Amino acid sequence: MATLPKLSPKDYASDQEVRWCPGCGDYSILAQMKKVFSTLQIVKENAVFVSGIGCSSRFPYYMDTYGIHGIHGRAPAIAAGLKIMRPELSVWVITGDGDGLSIGGNHLLHAIRRNLDINIILFNNRIYGLTKGQYSPTSEFGKKTKSTPLGSVDYPLHPLSVAIGAEATFVARSIDVHVKHLADVLEAAARHKGVSFVEIYQNCNIFNDGAYEYAADRSQRFDNVVELEHGKPLQFGKNKEKGIRWNGSDLEIVTIGENGISEKDLLVHNEKAESPASAFLLSRMTYPQFPEPIGIFRNIERPSYEELIQNQVRHALETGSDNSLESFFHSGETWVVE
Amino acid sequence: MTTATEQSHLVKRVEEIESATVRFAGDSGDGMQLVGEQFTTATVVFGNDISTLPDYPAEIRAPAGTLAGVSGFQINFSSQEVHTPGDRIDALFALNPAALKVNLPDLRFGGVIVADADAFTKENLEKVGYKSNPLEDDSLREYKVVSIPLSDMNFKAVEGLGLDRKTANRCKNFFALGLAFWLYDRPMEPTIRWVQQKFVKRPAIMDANLRTLKAGYHFGETAEIFTSSYRINRAVIPPGTYRKISGNEGIAMGLVAAAKLANKPLFYASYPITPASDILHSLSAKKNYGVVTFQAEDEIAAMCAVIGAAYGGSLAVTGTSGPGVALKSEAIGLAVMTELPAVIVNVQRGGPSTGLPTKTEQADLFQAIFGRNGECPVPVVAAATPADCFETAIEACRIALQFMTPVILLSDGYLANGSEPWRIPDIDSLPKIDVNYHTNKYNFQPYSRNERLGRPWAVPGTPELQHRIGGLEKQHITGNVNYDPDNHEYMVKLRDEKIHGIQEDIPPLEINGDATGDLLVLGWGGAYGSIMTAVEKARREKRSVSSAHLRYLNPFPKNLENVLSGFKKILIPELNLGQLRFIIRSRFLIDSEGLNKIKGKPFQVNEIYEKIVDLLEN
Ligand code: SF4
Repeated sequence: MATLPKLSPKDYASDQEVRWCPGCGDYSILAQMKKVFSTLQIVKENAVFVSGIGCSSRFPYYMDTYGIHGIHGRAPAIAAGLKIMRPELSVWVITGDGDGLSIGGNHLLHAIRRNLDINIILFNNRIYGLTKGQYSPTSEFGKKTKSTPLGSVDYPLHPLSVAIGAEATFVARSIDVHVKHLADVLEAAARHKGVSFVEIYQNCNIFNDGAYEYAADRSQRFDNVVELEHGKPLQFGKNKEKGIRWNGSDLEIVTIGENGISEKDLLVHNEKAESPASAFLLSRMTYPQFPEPIGIFRNIERPSYEELIQNQVRHALETGSDNSLESFFHSGETWVVE
Repeated sequence: MTTATEQSHLVKRVEEIESATVRFAGDSGDGMQLVGEQFTTATVVFGNDISTLPDYPAEIRAPAGTLAGVSGFQINFSSQEVHTPGDRIDALFALNPAALKVNLPDLRFGGVIVADADAFTKENLEKVGYKSNPLEDDSLREYKVVSIPLSDMNFKAVEGLGLDRKTANRCKNFFALGLAFWLYDRPMEPTIRWVQQKFVKRPAIMDANLRTLKAGYHFGETAEIFTSSYRINRAVIPPGTYRKISGNEGIAMGLVAAAKLANKPLFYASYPITPASDILHSLSAKKNYGVVTFQAEDEIAAMCAVIGAAYGGSLAVTGTSGPGVALKSEAIGLAVMTELPAVIVNVQRGGPSTGLPTKTEQADLFQAIFGRNGECPVPVVAAATPADCFETAIEACRIALQFMTPVILLSDGYLANGSEPWRIPDIDSLPKIDVNYHTNKYNFQPYSRNERLGRPWAVPGTPELQHRIGGLEKQHITGNVNYDPDNHEYMVKLRDEKIHGIQEDIPPLEINGDATGDLLVLGWGGAYGSIMTAVEKARREKRSVSSAHLRYLNPFPKNLENVLSGFKKILIPELNLGQLRFIIRSRFLIDSEGLNKIKGKPFQVNEIYEKIVDLLEN
């Protein structure tokens, strides 16, 4: 068999002009996505990007794959119908904090709990960009925006807590500017069989610039971010001198070497844990009380929804004695008029 | 005391009649729907033409013995053709005082009332406001009252099977059924077979039901309570193999058939809603025909999943009722913009809002034709009878696939639950639906057009046809996002023209009767049976009236205006405030009379007949 020429990242670019604001974090995510597609040599015609409405939802136009730019919040539902009927396709949902967690919260929950083998990438910029700057379900309490001039009185959602609560089998987080890490996380999401939920901290430099400065900025991020690695203790700080410990009732920050604390006392990350409890705990670590974890929180195996559905159909087709229309029409009580 | 011979001599008198209308009524927990279904099956197997009308409360178990909790099932059966469940009841089986009170107004004078005397207790009578027992106080003297200790006889019939009292009492509906079988000379075998299958794992229950069924039958035979039983001869109907079909079954079968005829996988996504859920139930059990069903998290998700599946190359369908269509509207707009094939089934019920979930209405016509933002044309077809649901479902799928558009298929609660005999079609006689995926990679343009103005259906997985679609306005031919004013106007007109062009592809409107005359009765949807029967009656009286029934509501058949102009007056009976009449007037500047009923019930033949006479004579 002749080997096909290897596709480079730029081979995955569509002919459409990218129209995000200059400096938007979305550019970096698009670049890493193309890189991952190249790494995995995903066949272009076998991939479909599905999105809703919002800045992030323009994403499908920029990939030379199939794509649906849907309606606000409904991308997971559109993806469900597609994936159920076409399990062999690589299906990606691109959503945002407003699209995915506000108007589309219901669909997000159900796509996750069903464990459809799709990749849901949520660009979290903690603001409504496309509608020009209203607060979102992930905006911090008290945030002043056009629609909350006195500060919002909504308590924000934590996207990963939502996903874990909805029984997600793969949950991860990365940061737009942390390109190497982002590519690794996207690749792991693509490889995971079952639903993959990835939250990306994305900077909207127009309406919410610097929202993740603490985690993105090179000089601060060592203290404010903890990179999760399976089987490794949770350590952070410039020289990994700090760690996270379970003190019996809660997580706490400790310094290695102080009060006789060593690496052995730290919480060891287990992304394969069947129970979602520790992943949930990690999803509750928020700045400034805690460094915020990035990486893979949870990664377990479970049969996917479309696989289970298609198995039922296949089984019925194989064991059903007669699947002709004839037999269908004649099922039940019939009688003959001569 | 009469002797046994005298008795059998007495009861063996059989009266031949042309048709009868029977209603079974009791508490919603009394199993009246089941009795009705069984009686219907026996009747169609016997060879009568039938039409049925189930009528049950929205609550699963409304408080026992109350008026709100009455569940009824009506069947009209005849040796002649029937189109409706019948205006007036000839025999009422009332299992409690509430059932009597609710249904008495529909009983004809001289009609039969079979009542369970055991249920006419002081408490039950008081619950529904009877001051004295109507079975005893002579208030029912206009009727033939057969008051029997039905509950008690049922207990005796099932005695010794070890059933507790509650379970034993549940069987009493089959005593009533047995009695009805005797009264109308129906075969018991189909029901016996059904009971044997249904309760194969619960022999005591099987036994109990069979015993009480037969006890009811024999009671009719031996007790001298009826002066005669009735025979309704077989109807003369075209030869063939028949089955009973309800509207919801008709739609399910039509969808499966359409998928086979188009050679495309069937995907059905739905959220449970009365009265459409039975389509989902039916299709969920049809996996052996390759059907994939998806119970979505909500109505919106069901429609969106349809869009995803359609993009992936499936014949994708969602079914719901009016409130569900309201939720799906935005997504239907997306299907219009992306020009993907899809069918949206609306089994209409009383509205607005939650309205009357279990009652019928035809008030979603405006919603179907106009109910979306922007200029958003969607073809609309409506089924006329339960059996017609089958054909209309196939037609809706054909239009969707061949024109690349969502199509709305209107049914209603009356058609959905009502049933009639259906001659099973010869599979080869059903026309293939010619539709192919686009695979040619040369000069592929996602929004290029064929002669029907449909765009190519290029599905993911096809090499070199990668393209993106979405809800933003499309550039003609390329399908790229485009905000140009002239392009927008062009595309709006193009989408409209495409739907309008379906006119070229559908049959002309047929007229039942003369092509010109004093009065045309124009109908659509489930009003068909009553209109037909009323018009036929008037025509037998040599009145100048014809009828026509619209399956295609958007676009209309090409000759509609012509048909309308052949008559001095037009009458449009609909179960709404005049929606079709409004549209006809706005399209053609042709005025018509309305006959409008909004009671959650179908038209009675007489209501239409009287209106016809009134219009012709005044
Ligand atoms: S508004 Fe914000 S999120 Fe949207 S494109 Fe501009 S920078 Fe990016």
